[in-house]
Amino acid sequence: MDILGKHGVIERNATLLLTLSLVVVCIGGIVEVAPLFYFQNTIEKVEGMRPYTPLELAGRDIYIREGCYTCHSQMIRPFRDETERYGHYSLAAESMYDHSFQWGSKRTGPDLARVGGRYSDEWHVEHLTNPQSLVPESIMPKYGFLAETDLDTNNTMASLKANVAVGVPYSEDAVANAQRDLVAQATPGADTSGLIERYNNVRAEDFDGDPKRITEMDALVAYLQMLGTLVDFTTYDAQANFR
Amino acid sequence: MHYLPWIIVLGGGAFFALVLSGLGQDAAFSAHWGIIAVVLGLGAIILMRRPEPAAVAAPVSRSDAPTYIDGPIRAGSILTVFWGCVGFLVGLVIALQLAWPDLNLEPWFNFGRMRPLHTSAVVFAFGGTALITTSFYVVQRTCRAPMISENLAWFVFWGYQLFIVMAATGYLLGITQSREYAEPEWYVDLWLTIVWVAYLILFLGTLIKRKEPHIYVANWFYLAFIVTIALLHVVNNLAMPVSLLGSKSYSLFSGVQDALTQWWYGHNAVGFFLTAGFLGMMYYFMPKQAERPVYSYRLSIIHFWALIFLYIWAGPHHLHYTALPDWAQTLGMVFSIMLWMPSWGGMINGLMTLRGAWDKVRTDPIIRMMVIAIAFYGMSTFEGPVMSIKSVNGLSHYTDWTIGHVHSGALGWVGMISFAAVYFMVPRLWGRRQLYSPRMVNWHFWLATTGIVIYAAVMWVSGIMQGLMWREYDDQGFLVYSFAETVAALHPYYIARAFGGLLYLAGGLVMAFNIWMTIRGRVRDERPIPTTALQPAE
Amino acid sequence: MPTAHYDMLRHFADSWGLLYMMAIFLSVVFFLLRPGAKANAMAAARIPLDDNEPLGDERK
Repeated sequence: MDILGKHGVIERNATLLLTLSLVVVCIGGIVEVAPLFYFQNTIEKVEGMRPYTPLELAGRDIYIREGCYTCHSQMIRPFRDETERYGHYSLAAESMYDHSFQWGSKRTGPDLARVGGRYSDEWHVEHLTNPQSLVPESIMPKYGFLAETDLDTNNTMASLKANVAVGVPYSEDAVANAQRDLVAQATPGADTSGLIERYNNVRAEDFDGDPKRITEMDALVAYLQMLGTLVDFTTYDAQANFR
Repeated sequence: MHYLPWIIVLGGGAFFALVLSGLGQDAAFSAHWGIIAVVLGLGAIILMRRPEPAAVAAPVSRSDAPTYIDGPIRAGSILTVFWGCVGFLVGLVIALQLAWPDLNLEPWFNFGRMRPLHTSAVVFAFGGTALITTSFYVVQRTCRAPMISENLAWFVFWGYQLFIVMAATGYLLGITQSREYAEPEWYVDLWLTIVWVAYLILFLGTLIKRKEPHIYVANWFYLAFIVTIALLHVVNNLAMPVSLLGSKSYSLFSGVQDALTQWWYGHNAVGFFLTAGFLGMMYYFMPKQAERPVYSYRLSIIHFWALIFLYIWAGPHHLHYTALPDWAQTLGMVFSIMLWMPSWGGMINGLMTLRGAWDKVRTDPIIRMMVIAIAFYGMSTFEGPVMSIKSVNGLSHYTDWTIGHVHSGALGWVGMISFAAVYFMVPRLWGRRQLYSPRMVNWHFWLATTGIVIYAAVMWVSGIMQGLMWREYDDQGFLVYSFAETVAALHPYYIARAFGGLLYLAGGLVMAFNIWMTIRGRVRDERPIPTTALQPAE
Repeated sequence: MPTAHYDMLRHFADSWGLLYMMAIFLSVVFFLLRPGAKANAMAAARIPLDDNEPLGDERK
């Protein structure tokens, strides 16, 4: 058979058409995505990164649940105006424990990659409860119900275990003490020695202003207050990590 | 009892869902499965009360042609219109929420939960139902053979509808993976995987059993859409559930790898769901309505291979100037720009199908709708490559410009070509001589087109303004605007955008009425749309 | 060395990879425009039109 006549074979064989289409669409994905997993310079070498504490992780789950990512990015681009407005541009290393990532795609509200430590806990609670009371121009919805909802801690240890399963380096110690660490971080006057030992640079306080119980507000504010605070930029070598 | 097996399946499913609801490890999971149990139970009750098929009118058949399986297509045509109106309505609501934040009702109807509801309702409920429905219609007619199994077709159809209901109710309960356009959690993803594999078997099986020697190009696009979405869906949703009885999972990937995987998925949800599938629609319904073959069949084949090869690379343009390595960003940009070529090849092919029949744009409102759809396809596939250029993206990213771009593609291309396909199919599926009112198709056309133009223009202005305000410095080198000031500046634009959306929704409601009356067999008493005297008598 | 790995792949992509893709693209185009393909394509393009499904009561 004349080679040119074989053209019709693809057009007439459904399975072959399927296979060829699949091969063609796979090429781009493999060439582009796969190298990110084995090029070691994909993620910068930094000091200070650690997994989330159980309370921060619970807060992050709430951040995801409420769809905060639909309006807030967590990715500061290396532009003068962005670094002046929000702080040092974001590094890949800063989201290395984020399953899934929260870089976002839209800034209806400001970037939150380095919102940690910028405002007081009281400010966050008031702002989440009634954003317009602090920022009259704001179009953010109200999240007052978080302060009235007790944090569900049934799955705290299971959450850490699931994170371990996808590669987050929680120690066995951290998993075993997950419940205790969560309570200690949000309870004023609790023994936080174990928490501090397991998680560097951690803030332990009564985040929501209601010391009697641990609410979803406690968890979310704890998460917001640590965002972008971990990496030690005094030891970061931008030149060596150029990609 | 014709429906007995289905009633048993639905009843069993409802019971299973109820058990899961009782065993749930978190409140959201229990509530979600409770809702699913109610939906499945209602389905079983509706089937029980339904007359036996013999009592229903026998399907119309012609002796000279195979009997096609049109039941799921009829149901799909109705649900496409229904989901369209729902999706547009939710879009209007969230547009109004951005203009007046007091319209947020915590916790279930806050913007953050409503936005995925809107995107999924238009992309997956409206667009997905339109794709499944038209693919069933096209594959049978171009293969001259019925689908391989009526039961499988019904399973795919209702299984997909169940996926939509699970996804939508989940969002309002706060069940989300936070992966844009892939928000449903792990168990909903598993269900969709089952449905999708069944869809692939059904479609491929029908192609294999066809009576026509050649596989028509529209089916190539549908096939590529089905198989690529399967691949993207499975890889992007790899995740570790916290508990098999819980609603929460953690993505297998993290950070930068996760971001690229997600946008590899996200961009190709646009490329294969919202483009390739709808191109399949164009390559069938455009020639049908224009009554002439596609301009160049060979161009359509180049279009096909070039499009599916290039699209898959374009994902990284969603991550310009982020922590994604530069080489990946550059690769994404280069391929995005190259993508302009096959896209415009397809556009030219679609438009030139009207060669020698341009007067139909004036006399046939369905053709006019198809032409505007293809025009918007061309416009957004030009705007897309421009926005993928890094320096342009530096300004446009994170702003409303992106939102405007997406809507010119979604409202203009996806919406309009789907409306045209529904207007084409419905009279034929119900054996009607004509639509209830061709003039109302015209109203729909103008309402929708005006709505899109307002929407896109307003978002350009607000997006570019927002981007420029963020980076504006005074002569002392200080940033001029606080973030809050840039938000306040957008207020009038958000109101204007909502007005554009309102017009588009109004067009959708006009269509719903027109389709409903057509199905009921009515014909509106109206002046016919004049045809030109130049047309030869037939 | 990760950098060497990257450079190697990059050079391959810029040279043989590019050539390979260009060759495939040109052969697809050639296939379609070869003499004799036109009749085939014209026949295929008529597939939707040959399935005549008239409107309304004409279909009985």
